[in-house]
Amino acid sequence: MSNREVVLEVKNLNVTFSKGKNKFRAIRDVSFEIYKGETFGLVGESGSGKTTIGRSIMRINEVTGGEILFKGKPINGKISKDWDQEITQKIQMIFQDPMASLNERAKVDYIISEGLVNTKKYKNNAERLEKVRNALLEVGLLPEFASRFPHEFSGGQRQRIGIARALVMEPEFIIADEPISALDVSIRAQVLNLLSNLQKQNDLTYLFIAHDLSIVRFITDRTAVIYKGQIVELAETEKLFSNPIHPYTRALISAVPEPNPYKERAKTIEIYDPSQHNYIKDPPSFVEIEDGHFVLANEEELTRYRTMFKIGV
Amino acid sequence: MGDNNEKSRILSIQNLIIKFKLRGQVLTAIRDISLDLYKGESLAIVGESGSGKSVLVKSIMGLLDKNGFIDQGKILYKDYDLSQFSTEKDWLKIRGKEIAMVTQDPMTSLNPLKTVGKQIEECVNLHQGLKGKEAYERTLKLLRDVGIHDVEKRYKQYPHEFSGGMRQRIVIAIAVACNPKILICDEPTTALDVTIQAQILQLLKNLQEMYGLTTIYITHDLGVVAKVADRIAVMYAGDIIEVGKTHEVFFDGKHPYTWALLSSLPQLGAKGEELYSIKGTPPNLFNEIKGDAFAPRNPYALNIDFVERPPFFKVTETHYAKTWLLHSDAPKVEPPQSLQAFFEEGRRYAYEQ
Repeated sequence: MSNREVVLEVKNLNVTFSKGKNKFRAIRDVSFEIYKGETFGLVGESGSGKTTIGRSIMRINEVTGGEILFKGKPINGKISKDWDQEITQKIQMIFQDPMASLNERAKVDYIISEGLVNTKKYKNNAERLEKVRNALLEVGLLPEFASRFPHEFSGGQRQRIGIARALVMEPEFIIADEPISALDVSIRAQVLNLLSNLQKQNDLTYLFIAHDLSIVRFITDRTAVIYKGQIVELAETEKLFSNPIHPYTRALISAVPEPNPYKERAKTIEIYDPSQHNYIKDPPSFVEIEDGHFVLANEEELTRYRTMFKIGV
Repeated sequence: MGDNNEKSRILSIQNLIIKFKLRGQVLTAIRDISLDLYKGESLAIVGESGSGKSVLVKSIMGLLDKNGFIDQGKILYKDYDLSQFSTEKDWLKIRGKEIAMVTQDPMTSLNPLKTVGKQIEECVNLHQGLKGKEAYERTLKLLRDVGIHDVEKRYKQYPHEFSGGMRQRIVIAIAVACNPKILICDEPTTALDVTIQAQILQLLKNLQEMYGLTTIYITHDLGVVAKVADRIAVMYAGDIIEVGKTHEVFFDGKHPYTWALLSSLPQLGAKGEELYSIKGTPPNLFNEIKGDAFAPRNPYALNIDFVERPPFFKVTETHYAKTWLLHSDAPKVEPPQSLQAFFEEGRRYAYEQ
């Protein structure tokens, strides 16, 4: 586990919006590592800061404190121009709403090749067209679509265009911010399959941001649960779902609707009450409770969680 | 669709066809639907976007867009045929007072310039005929009923001071304030977080009991359906293709589209393997649909599916499906492998109960 190559490392990340009286700490001391080839999930409710983390890695949001390392080299703060160009190309993002994230006035050809043009990643026009063509084919669209406008496509097709736009840059790391939550049930499965096939073919690493836990469980290898700007629990996805420790994680998992009427009606929903923590006297830290399973807890809670763990509740 | 003796029918939709005029073309959004709603039940209408589920309930409320019209069929409620209503005056007899609606997005469905208390009180005045102190007291009770604390203070606050979940509670309070018989919930929790979603669904269930409501849920989330529905109607391309009790549709579904919907749930997928996905896209409703609308995407389609539209075949007293696979001459087709384990599990649960 520990000897796997780390692609992206976030160290004590802090993001603060506004200053003075309106200061708001959106991200508080978040640290995690993403290994090569895996899908790392980030789940939380709206306003928890999951998108802010994604945007910090994309360098859209400024980082107030801490470091983000890509392949061991920092990507925030002062960096050389070459490295800047390289990251711009190697880290790409897929957005949530395919209706809003495509330029309505541009043809698909332009939308997909905009990144190429900006980084001058082609020799002549023929090569650029070839790249666009390949990207379209890769996401299961026809090359002819390049001359059309976004409004001519359905939601699922638009999301494929968004994926093609990321792929054409030949990235290594893709941030997918709720890539399927705006899509219909039957189309979701198509796009999920597409994402995992592309991952295998192109050796990609994903940061998958979502609020739908059933999808996170299906697609991710490891998952971090974020609550009010802090990661409260991080583990391999199956471990996290079968053995959630932090009360917030437990509440979140218990609230996921099950597609089985008998189970769904019989289950009890846990409610998370943040006032249960006694953090002023005994501040929490992020502790590894078993191999690769981290939880935010203070000393007193930790003893309780450990016993809970042994009995296997 | 079958007599249900224990329960009385409260609303009956008969052979309904709804069309829209769009850029000189005519689109058929609802293609000959019949559906009954029984008193006290909660019915879930499930389907993808564009399947016509919202259009169907909008026609019950008289909220169709201007270019939409009822081409044929009846919507019977009490002594009225709602499909004949044409003026706003007619509809005011029904809207709110008899049938109320909770919409999807609590961010846009409240008036930002009025306190929430006043917005609820408006309905209390209008539909319950209460005034002054009485109306105020009733409003506070409604706020308490939908799970809001500190009601006197909350009464005086504006919508922007509430969170998404709290606003949805206000919207629900407004709907209930009209004293309706039928409550339509159009994707009531899609815009909310999972933890809040669970609370709102529980609230709706409680209110249904407390006020003796009949509810219609419109949703694409089968998890929501599993929690709240007594009966399910599955819609595809403007038609109801399967209807039955919740456990019948979940664990003994007959239509291949129902199978496909269930199979594409990530909960049923095996990690690291392809998730089942429905190929292709839904049909264009501008064109006339021949046969079973799902046939071109259906791996189990028979030849007749492309020619003739299937009628409802009876599975049980309460369970009907529109697929030729149920015809006595059809070859025997088993549901997909991935679903059989799920069906099996469901039957086990049903047996234990």
